[in-house]
Amino acid sequence: MEKTYKFSKIERRRQQQQMAGSIVRYIVLTLVAIVMIYPILWLVGATFKTNNEIFTSVNFIPKRIDFTPYIEGWKTRTKYTFTTFFMNTFMFVIPKILFCLLSSTLVAYGFARFQFPFKKIFFSILMATMFLPAVVTRIPLYLLWKQLGLLDTYVPLVAPTIFANEPFFVFMLIQFLRSIPMYLDEAATIDGCNSFQVLIMILLPALKPALISCIIFQFVWSFNDFLGPLIYVTSLAKYPVALALKMSIDQSSGIVEWNQILAMSFLALVPALVLFFSAQKYFVEGVTSSGVKG
Amino acid sequence: MRHSKIGLVYILPWLIGMVFLTLYPFINALVISFSDYNLVREPNFIGLTNYTNLFKDKDFISTLVATLKYTVFTVPLQLTFALFIAYILNFKLKLINFYRTAYYIPSLLGGNVAVAVLWRFLFQQDGFVNRFIGMFGGQPVPWLSSPTGAMSIIVILKVWQFGSAMLIFLAALKDVPSDLYEAASVDGATKFHSFFKITIPLITPTIFFNLVMQLVNAFQEFNGPYLVTGRGPLNSTYLTSMFIYDNAFKFFNMGYASAASWILFLIIVSVTLVLFATQNKWVFYSDGGN
Repeated sequence: MEKTYKFSKIERRRQQQQMAGSIVRYIVLTLVAIVMIYPILWLVGATFKTNNEIFTSVNFIPKRIDFTPYIEGWKTRTKYTFTTFFMNTFMFVIPKILFCLLSSTLVAYGFARFQFPFKKIFFSILMATMFLPAVVTRIPLYLLWKQLGLLDTYVPLVAPTIFANEPFFVFMLIQFLRSIPMYLDEAATIDGCNSFQVLIMILLPALKPALISCIIFQFVWSFNDFLGPLIYVTSLAKYPVALALKMSIDQSSGIVEWNQILAMSFLALVPALVLFFSAQKYFVEGVTSSGVKG
Repeated sequence: MRHSKIGLVYILPWLIGMVFLTLYPFINALVISFSDYNLVREPNFIGLTNYTNLFKDKDFISTLVATLKYTVFTVPLQLTFALFIAYILNFKLKLINFYRTAYYIPSLLGGNVAVAVLWRFLFQQDGFVNRFIGMFGGQPVPWLSSPTGAMSIIVILKVWQFGSAMLIFLAALKDVPSDLYEAASVDGATKFHSFFKITIPLITPTIFFNLVMQLVNAFQEFNGPYLVTGRGPLNSTYLTSMFIYDNAFKFFNMGYASAASWILFLIIVSVTLVLFATQNKWVFYSDGGN
């Protein structure tokens, strides 16, 4: 009797400790989550505020809901509106996604399913390029596109995806293909499929989740890309959202309509947010399957 | 695995791109770095002049120091934070999806110019952060007008984006067999002990991967300082990548900028190689390193 009593006392104390531990964890996690998200919430709130209220209130909830900053901000101080800048962004983001899917799938298939001469060397180079600092190739690439007369077009931005030269995507697909059992291919080959048919009919359906991950990462990264357009896109008419936003903060001499700038900033974040919330699990899978830059 | 040259056909797009968009520019950068090419006149071979001039250039040296500072602050902070949060999230918690989302969103949006705009705004003299500090009776911090303040802002911006590193850690932590923890706790190990004696050693490959990735990125950081602080007071946030950008795309000193980019490249490669060399001292691969 005595013994069980003692035992349950220890047990109870252990439970209490666990309880305390998990309360501490929840508090830490919640505090950190607030710090992480508050800037974004504050941004959303600020887009509805007057300039005066932005500078006097720490609270993110605006006193009134007024869409004027959105309407005025959208018009910009130039002859273009954000309609142009958003359209421009999609003009290279969509081709990038399509080419990336196409070329990365083919290349990953080649690496994951075939033995061929120099394969080991090529694969090492592929891995090395994943770590290669982009800064070192930037200037010669610029000179290359200049020689080809393709500056101030979207070609320099899209070209790397045509040639599967964003190794992150190829690597992610290789990893995924390796997890698909080989006997599927073999069965299809016996049934008379050639290698391309195997890819299209057997592997492509199985690759779907990985391809969705590719779409969303390519979308977010291309949409957010700033340095690429900064180097290659020079005329205002071709500016993507990233450059238009940068321009709006540079121009802001005199009376700064901060609420307009913040409203447009928030709109620039919306596409990525929408995509994230509609395809969350693919993000998590994508990041964890191969590691992610950034 | 089929032995078939058709594999070469499938990787052909990558091979072509690798040669023309990576290998050729990579070598060409070195060639240009030995010249005085400036887009206007024909390039002349000038040997190592660009390199010797760079090491005499106070601006360049100060960008290297700033870049090093930035890297030394952001990478350990970001990784420690990512690991710490991943460790807590790995306890069976309710709402894990909510927390994971909250922590990942900054990484998702961080590259966007909009976040840089927001950052600049939050850290203004009369901005949100200073007013928040003021609420607790603190003095306003000169974030944008002091060298330390400016560096802190861009470091905070980067550390704020610890989400993807955290997700990678979380996946690694899930793979640590739970019977190891149980065995340790039977033997009387505290949580603290099992963290340092079991968890850390088992996830060293992931720590290593994250470390290399974050270092390579931090050395090349451009967006944060360029958009938020610019050069910063006393060039405190003038990083090497910005120096290269200015020289190449503002002043069109292609030779000089290429030499600077090769120096940065060599620094990154040396740091990475040193890490790889120390790998077998502290990185534990359960499959023997294959």
